[in-house]
Amino acid sequence: MLFYIFSGVMLLFAGLVVVNRNPVSSALSLVVSFLGLAALFVTLNAYFIGVIQVLVYTGAVMVLFLFIIMLLDIKAERRRDINYLALGGGAVVLLALVVQLATAVGSLGAGPEKLSPLPDDPAAHQDVRQVGLAIFTDYNFHLQLLGVLLLIATVGVVVLSRRQADDVAGGR
Amino acid sequence: MPSLNEYLMVSGLLFAIGLAGVLFRRNIIVIFMCLEIMLSAANLSLVAFSRFSGQGGLPDYDAQVLVFFVITVAAAEVAVGLAIIVALFRARRTVHVEDLTSMRG
Repeated sequence: MLFYIFSGVMLLFAGLVVVNRNPVSSALSLVVSFLGLAALFVTLNAYFIGVIQVLVYTGAVMVLFLFIIMLLDIKAERRRDINYLALGGGAVVLLALVVQLATAVGSLGAGPEKLSPLPDDPAAHQDVRQVGLAIFTDYNFHLQLLGVLLLIATVGVVVLSRRQADDVAGGR
Repeated sequence: MPSLNEYLMVSGLLFAIGLAGVLFRRNIIVIFMCLEIMLSAANLSLVAFSRFSGQGGLPDYDAQVLVFFVITVAAAEVAVGLAIIVALFRARRTVHVEDLTSMRG
């Protein structure tokens, strides 16, 4: 039952992200959509991923989006001429994707399997412990690579956001 | 209790909504948000497979590690992408993709 409520909320607000003309409304709809997605993770007993989703996406990433929208002072999109050829092409691509997905998912062998409750022993499925063990033992090298990637991203953002030297010299 | 099919279908619909946004919207920030929706849809199917395909009824935690990595890379990607959008806005004074035609042949 909870699954249907949360997936309904998630899909509805994801649709609102696309439909809203004002980017601020889109960003706030995306926050609600991501909260629904975090709730879906919790229904799948992935509590750690659910918490990370709320902290990183609805916390950090969406604040960054809203901050940039505020910084650039973007107004609601004014209505322009609709390119019907692009619209039709997009609709065809979208329809083909949904049909393909439905066929692929429908022919999946394990598909109709229902969600079964986890075993009684609570020590066996503490997911923070299990994920942490996997990250720091089997995937330790990947974790360090990820650290390097984050460092490069940080440096890259600083370089990209810095004003060019000739801009400053030109008095802008 | 929902089945694996239902989770995968919800994930596929979420991906399709994100793709619709990328195809139909013209504001580059909204396009970027829809990209995030598509990444999250992939995460949802990963977590669903992790929960349904583990051994002895336990989830397969390797998939959740992958989701953790995907979320981290997505956060880095958002930071770099928004910096590029800010640089673009400084140079062109627009976030409308139809105004960016300098690579048109």
